[in-house]
Amino acid sequence: MKKLLAGAAIALTAMTGASFADGHANYPERPIMMMVSYGAGGATDFQARIVTMTAGNEDALGMPIAILNKPGAGGRVGWNWLAGQAEADGYTLGAYNIPHFIAQSIKGGVEYSRDSFEPIANWGADPAVMVVGADSEFNTMEDVVNFAKENPGKLTTSGAGLFVGHHIAALQMEKACGCSMAYIPTKGGGAAAMKAVIAGEVMAGINNLSDAFRAREAGNVKILGVADLERNDFMPDVPTMMEAGLDVDNSSVNFRGVMVPKGTPQGIIDKLAATVPTMFENSRVQGKMKAGGSPMHIMTRDEVLAMWEKREQTLKELLAGL
Amino acid sequence: MEFLYYFGDVFTPINFGLLLLGTIGGLILGATPGLSPTMAVALLIPFTFQLQAAQGLILLGAAYTSTVAGGAVSAILLKIPGAPANIATTLDGHTMAQKGEGAKALQISFLASAVGGIFGVLLLIFLTPVLAQWALAFGPSHLFWLAILGVTVIGSLDSKSVVKGLLSGCIGLWLATIGFDDIMGAQRFIFHPALGGGINIIAALIGLFAIPQVITMFAKGRKGDGAEVLKVQKHPISGAFRELFRNKRAMGIGTAVGSVIGLIPGVGGQIAGLVAYDQSKKFSPDRDKFGTGHPEGVIAAESANNAMVGPSLVPLLTLSIPGSPTAAVLLGGLLIHGIFPGTDLFDNHPDVAWTFINSMLIGQVLMCIFGLYVAGLAARVAQVPQSVMAAVVLGLAVFGSYSVQSSMGDVYVMAALGVMMYFLERFGFSAAPLVLGLILGPIAEANFIQGSMIANATDGLGPYFLGGTLNIFLIVVVIASIAYSGYMELRSRRYTSKEEIIA
Repeated sequence: MKKLLAGAAIALTAMTGASFADGHANYPERPIMMMVSYGAGGATDFQARIVTMTAGNEDALGMPIAILNKPGAGGRVGWNWLAGQAEADGYTLGAYNIPHFIAQSIKGGVEYSRDSFEPIANWGADPAVMVVGADSEFNTMEDVVNFAKENPGKLTTSGAGLFVGHHIAALQMEKACGCSMAYIPTKGGGAAAMKAVIAGEVMAGINNLSDAFRAREAGNVKILGVADLERNDFMPDVPTMMEAGLDVDNSSVNFRGVMVPKGTPQGIIDKLAATVPTMFENSRVQGKMKAGGSPMHIMTRDEVLAMWEKREQTLKELLAGL
Repeated sequence: MEFLYYFGDVFTPINFGLLLLGTIGGLILGATPGLSPTMAVALLIPFTFQLQAAQGLILLGAAYTSTVAGGAVSAILLKIPGAPANIATTLDGHTMAQKGEGAKALQISFLASAVGGIFGVLLLIFLTPVLAQWALAFGPSHLFWLAILGVTVIGSLDSKSVVKGLLSGCIGLWLATIGFDDIMGAQRFIFHPALGGGINIIAALIGLFAIPQVITMFAKGRKGDGAEVLKVQKHPISGAFRELFRNKRAMGIGTAVGSVIGLIPGVGGQIAGLVAYDQSKKFSPDRDKFGTGHPEGVIAAESANNAMVGPSLVPLLTLSIPGSPTAAVLLGGLLIHGIFPGTDLFDNHPDVAWTFINSMLIGQVLMCIFGLYVAGLAARVAQVPQSVMAAVVLGLAVFGSYSVQSSMGDVYVMAALGVMMYFLERFGFSAAPLVLGLILGPIAEANFIQGSMIANATDGLGPYFLGGTLNIFLIVVVIASIAYSGYMELRSRRYTSKEEIIA
């Protein structure tokens, strides 16, 4: 963490010089708007509000960030707007969800791609997990895989929709175990998918770690596996899919962060890239995120750029056959 | 009886102040077209960051309760339903206001809201564990049949001709298919980027109800000097109480339907008012008077949409599943303080849980008191000259549809649908069935697709959709509803003159 901070500080000094040259020394001069492409109250909106609440502090941007919700069509409406209609003046930011927007741009029908946006920083990583009802006969990932192998296409598995993290995780699982499941996308997002599991409408479900953690606390579900490279701090007892013998990496992890539309002046991008990660590290932000059961994962602009590129490759391979 | 211990907490100065603030603010926000309860609560979330958990929830709960009731104000006076919950209120409420009975309509709507609302919260207090099971009982196949049940009332809702009712219902069903389909990811009828997210229901409501009326008012304004000023009849509050007691049946049906339907995750709130309205109409001896400014209609609709508030929180508070968008926002209000709904909430934070629930109970009463006070003043809106009124409503309509998701696209959608509806109304079609189609289409479709995917992977379509007690019960109700409509249609035919059929 210290290294990161030191890095950020060095970057900050370097960047300030650059931004002077560009004439953006005084940025930001007015409040900034951040577009969230999901409705008020959803996980992305909720987290976006928490991580930006200290933006007005002097050690952060010195100007507040206001959240603007543009929900619809699984996020496509908001990202279309950000790519096509938003002004690239540094006063319009957007929240991104990976793999959602990259998967959507690969499937087509939208006006954006990875190149339409410039990442600023990443604040959260919410891995997909496999959940089953509290009274389910499945107790481990092996049980689930064995059932899927013996009954191809019979394992009904709910998830939040097509080409979102949950779907990607399901595709990877199928590829890894050489079996086929019946993936049931729900309308109404992760909450509806979780309800289907708890009510026993489906045999299993893939859901967000944060929501599953809450449902487990309430005694409604069992969590069998995490689709990530390491076990999660919120549930150290749950094995990763790799440990359970499935070759599923972290491609389905739902990364959330801040980006700006392409064309935003480089000076402003640099300034944001230097300031925003430190804003996420604020102890109040960290405390609220932890209390809400939202796993944080802070990444700098360069790390995010690399992550986006890698993610796009994996997704292209995975979605090629669909 | 645990909840009684925490009643004192509601009346501490800060808590009670927040309750008052939430209630009054909620009434104002609710009365503003386009600001649905979900949005009002979402707007308040940042304020709760600074408050303690119980205080924040009191503010949010009070706002939720009173925005639902406040929506009746614009529905009655301006014919702009603030949210889907208030659609049915416009049918009789606005006609009453046009007759100069706006004060009476508002009074009975607030009283009915309070009675329904208190009943709903009491259900939440006493029957939560039972209700939680009920909320889970509705799977995709049941929700599909429930939506079909909704479709069967389309024809008889606020329309003289069943055929025209069905036709406008079909238009609504078609409009509902526009946009990205969330389940299969298909794009349908997107000819303009503004339609990418589908037709926003709030924008559609504003356009379909308010715009035809604006055009009519402008048209009238040109003919004469437009000073068709209504005399607003004063109405004593005691009279409103008597009216309420005279209509116990509508009250009972509204409250029962609202409580039961409000519980079902994802469906409840939007159709509770309309279903209650339709059921009261079917059971009422004065069913012909519905739609002509009949108090029973207002009572049924408003008691239903407030009765839904309490039960709609059951899935959230017990199972940690937000059953409605508003519940999802409230979930955020809990999480920010590190409280997880479910057993954690009731076992470890009973002070938060019960103070919140109690404050909703008190909030219903406060909402009713302020509402009654406002009713007399607000009804004067009818005295505003029509040409001025038309401009004001138009302004509010644009503001309201823009503010839903800060998108000009929604304003275009609102205006286009409104102009279309103006012409449709001239041919005897009405907006309510169209809106019902718009709401029910996605519910029926999504649940059918989801249900059939599950069915194909398990025991097949037939057993999945037709088997099981709840499925069979719902199918029987659907058949009964169709049979009843057919019977009424045939019976009234005999008395209908040829001229009336042509008209």
